[in-house]
Amino acid sequence: MSTSLGSPNVAAIFFFFLFVSVTLAITYWAARRTRSTEHFYAAGRSVTGLQNGLALAGDYMSAASFLGIAGLVALSGFDGLIYSIGFLVGWPVVMFLIAEPLRNLGRYTFSDVVAYRLRQTPVRIAAAIGTLAVVTFYLIAQMVGAGNLIKLLFGIPYEWAIVIVGAVMMAYVLFGGMLATTWVQIVKAVLLLGGALILAVMVLLRFSMNPLALFANAAERFGAQVLAPGQLVADPLDALSLGIALMLGTAGLPHILMRFYTVPDAKTARSSVSYATAFIGFFYLLTFILGFGAMVIVGPDAIKAVDKGGNMAAPLLAEAVGGEGFLGFIAAVAFATILAVVAGLTLSGAAALSHDLWVNVVRAGKAPEHEQFLVARVAAIVGGLVSVALGIVFKGENVAYMVGLAFAIAASANFPALVLSVFWKPFTTRGAQASMLVGTFSALLLIFLSPTIQVSVLGRAEAPFPLRNPGLVTIPLSFLVGMVVSLLTKEREAAENFDAMQHRLHLGPEADQV
Amino acid sequence: MSEKQRALEALAAAQWKLALRLTAAMMAVYFGFILLVAWAKPLLGRQLVPGLSLGILLGALVIVTAWILIWIYVRWANSHYDATVTRIRETGR
Repeated sequence: MSTSLGSPNVAAIFFFFLFVSVTLAITYWAARRTRSTEHFYAAGRSVTGLQNGLALAGDYMSAASFLGIAGLVALSGFDGLIYSIGFLVGWPVVMFLIAEPLRNLGRYTFSDVVAYRLRQTPVRIAAAIGTLAVVTFYLIAQMVGAGNLIKLLFGIPYEWAIVIVGAVMMAYVLFGGMLATTWVQIVKAVLLLGGALILAVMVLLRFSMNPLALFANAAERFGAQVLAPGQLVADPLDALSLGIALMLGTAGLPHILMRFYTVPDAKTARSSVSYATAFIGFFYLLTFILGFGAMVIVGPDAIKAVDKGGNMAAPLLAEAVGGEGFLGFIAAVAFATILAVVAGLTLSGAAALSHDLWVNVVRAGKAPEHEQFLVARVAAIVGGLVSVALGIVFKGENVAYMVGLAFAIAASANFPALVLSVFWKPFTTRGAQASMLVGTFSALLLIFLSPTIQVSVLGRAEAPFPLRNPGLVTIPLSFLVGMVVSLLTKEREAAENFDAMQHRLHLGPEADQV
Repeated sequence: MSEKQRALEALAAAQWKLALRLTAAMMAVYFGFILLVAWAKPLLGRQLVPGLSLGILLGALVIVTAWILIWIYVRWANSHYDATVTRIRETGR
């Protein structure tokens, strides 16, 4: 089968400019409403439950979800679906343990919650280190994905593609802040859900709208094993480790956690998770159809010929069922996906740098409003430049793997400290600090010692640490260290303020103190 | 301890108990699925009807389970939890 991938596609360029124009118009509108840090970080707390649900879905469904999973399923069948499922099951955890406490206890970042009854400076420094580590890994994955994608779809050089993503994204964040970023996410989520749905329907039209006929066809042509687990999860411990990192990492992703500050109250935070889980679950169910559709209609060999990792399965499928125009639309959607996720990540990195480090550590919480606003924007520029540089430096890295690592760091660095600070009375400043730092650095160290780096990258015969994803070790370790250190360093004030925190957690920030 | 404090602690305990149970349920279902993927590959490959392997069915059911658990929590929170919070806010107990 021939494909027009790799040469400039008129429809793709048209849809891309349409998306950028619309989102920049939104940014212009948002910029006129963004006059304080409250607006810049939290969109003035004016976002509704449905809007925030869509924005959460937009922030979460990255290129790894759309392109990566469709590709994995197209090449290896059932195994790819394990990612679809792993990416979804973190949302109930966010709902039950994180969303409402976060909204009621914090202002702009998740460190507000961890630091609520502890000493500000040490907690915020540790939290900022964890946040920046997660954001960096996640950004690398997105930028590298964007560069490759745009090179293939638009026929422009990799480095130029990275610079374009960086420039447009910085315009959103810098001028429009959280309000613009939220609306970019909403537009993107609607486009992605709509695009994936249309694509799935066009595939199913060939199978009398019956997904089972599609799966049966795949089994007939490529063997029944495509519907069964295979080599991707050959080692059970590896599967468990990846599974736990995907599940608990969602509840530790700084750009996701930051979204809960954009809604007016805890009830809206709750409804936004319901909407987000409905949208994201629906999207991942569609990936079942897109993946097997690409396997049957395009064929694994044709997909591998374009990109070894299979990342172009969804665009190729779009071309096969809808022609070059539809390919252009899906390509622009995939590009919008990356652009929006990068904007969300940069905003959360900027918040960690300016709100946590500059305002609360350097200036001890006493910076005037105009200075906070200025520092936030400078941090956004720094974040944007860093992401462009990282995208260029890490050209050629495996995208899905980097996202898995970002989840492992988030689950080890942020999730344990967040849960312990809200639900465990004896938690102390030293405990929080130890949990976050041990979580971050043990995850980074074990990633370095894993087979992926040691064997695949450095070419050694064997790796000192056997698991590809460190979550199974580092998440329990982070919990354990946090608890043991807390019990060794009693902190009277932290325990005394637990009741006041509970009061605010349930009754909301506007309620009177006890 | 004030009456308000006691009411609040009861609410916090109820919330924590439900949150913990639902989290445990989600983990049990998901890790059960992952363990089957790791150790029972032939079983999951069995096709119930042509095209529908047990693995695909269970995978889709894990997503549906996430929806159901969230629905259970939201139903409890929207009725019982919110009503109790309003009562404590207004009457102080």
